Amino acid sequence: MNYIIIIISAIFVNNIVLAKFLGVCPFIGVSNRVETAIGMTGAVTFVMVIATIVTYLLQHYILIPFGISFMQTITFILVIAALVQMVEIVLKKASPVLYQALGIFLPLITTNCAILGVAILAVQNDYNLIESVVFSIANAIGFGMALLLISGIREQLKLVDVPEPMKGVPIAFIVAGLLAMAFMGFTGIV
Amino acid sequence: MNRWKNFNKGIFRENAVFVLFLGLCPTLGVTTSVINGVGMGLATTFVLLMSNIVVTLVKNFIPDKVRIPSFIVIIASFVTIVELLMQAYLPGLFDELGLFIPLIVVNCLVLGRAEAFASKNTFVSSVVDGLGMGLGFTMALFFLGGVREILGSGSFLGFKFIPGDGILLFILAPGAFIALGYLIMIMNKINKKTA
Repeated sequence: MNYIIIIISAIFVNNIVLAKFLGVCPFIGVSNRVETAIGMTGAVTFVMVIATIVTYLLQHYILIPFGISFMQTITFILVIAALVQMVEIVLKKASPVLYQALGIFLPLITTNCAILGVAILAVQNDYNLIESVVFSIANAIGFGMALLLISGIREQLKLVDVPEPMKGVPIAFIVAGLLAMAFMGFTGIV
Repeated sequence: MNRWKNFNKGIFRENAVFVLFLGLCPTLGVTTSVINGVGMGLATTFVLLMSNIVVTLVKNFIPDKVRIPSFIVIIASFVTIVELLMQAYLPGLFDELGLFIPLIVVNCLVLGRAEAFASKNTFVSSVVDGLGMGLGFTMALFFLGGVREILGSGSFLGFKFIPGDGILLFILAPGAFIALGYLIMIMNKINKKTA
């Protein structure tokens, strides 16, 4: 039951992009086409889950026992940067097809605040390892869903006559606002 | 390029939020009031300035291949300093900003300036660039925070001048997106006129 609450809360009620404002840069940056949005979602899911597991272990077996949890920010971001690099190298060798699909998105992920944000949130919420994994997967799904929704809408928007200064990013923000408003309807389920 | 142009490009022509679309997460996340927005802006300006200074000083000693991880460590150190200082001296603001303080590390603006400017330019111009970019970012947060606070709670800097509750929507998530969308539109219009 606990897991179901975590999942629903992360995907719908506290959607990582539309309610918590994490990962807004890729949300606006790569949502021009549905195809790139799918690629980005894949890469984010991959890195987010691995990063959450590794940072969980680091936090509970190194930072806390040695009393150096003020080093959290530095350690976590280094782990994520190293992970992204490693994932890139491994993917290149192991699965060239997947690398072709995700390759260009991987470097962008280091500075995606959703990854670091989820890692820190999982620690702050005192989740155990399994809960952390569930939490990170659910957040990745939430991120993917928001990204797919807005990229679908933005593809349609290209055919619409939008006032000149509104074209591109401003209208994307307003659409995102309307989406966020729709997502507010889920408040109170959990 | 003269100093003044270098300084004010961060505020207008290359404004981080309105033109380059960098650092959007804290922009949207903390601007429920003017104070929060400006607090976040100044914290980011400090990190940006200090990391620009350190990066420009050590740029010749860092091998090209490991420069991004090195920049991240430099930035993360200053973020930790800000985090600890704020926790000690401004606990109220620290609680309000919460998660977004450690997230200054992944603010693309900071890493972007280190990589694109400070690692290629002299000490003085890096300082000027850091200040300009930081103040431009703070200004954007000030405007967005102002709009959201006035519309959302009918007050400015905590002084209430409209009785009642205001439009709650602007304090919540959707209002952030919509207000920023309109602000970018206005900025587009202004930039087009001056260009």
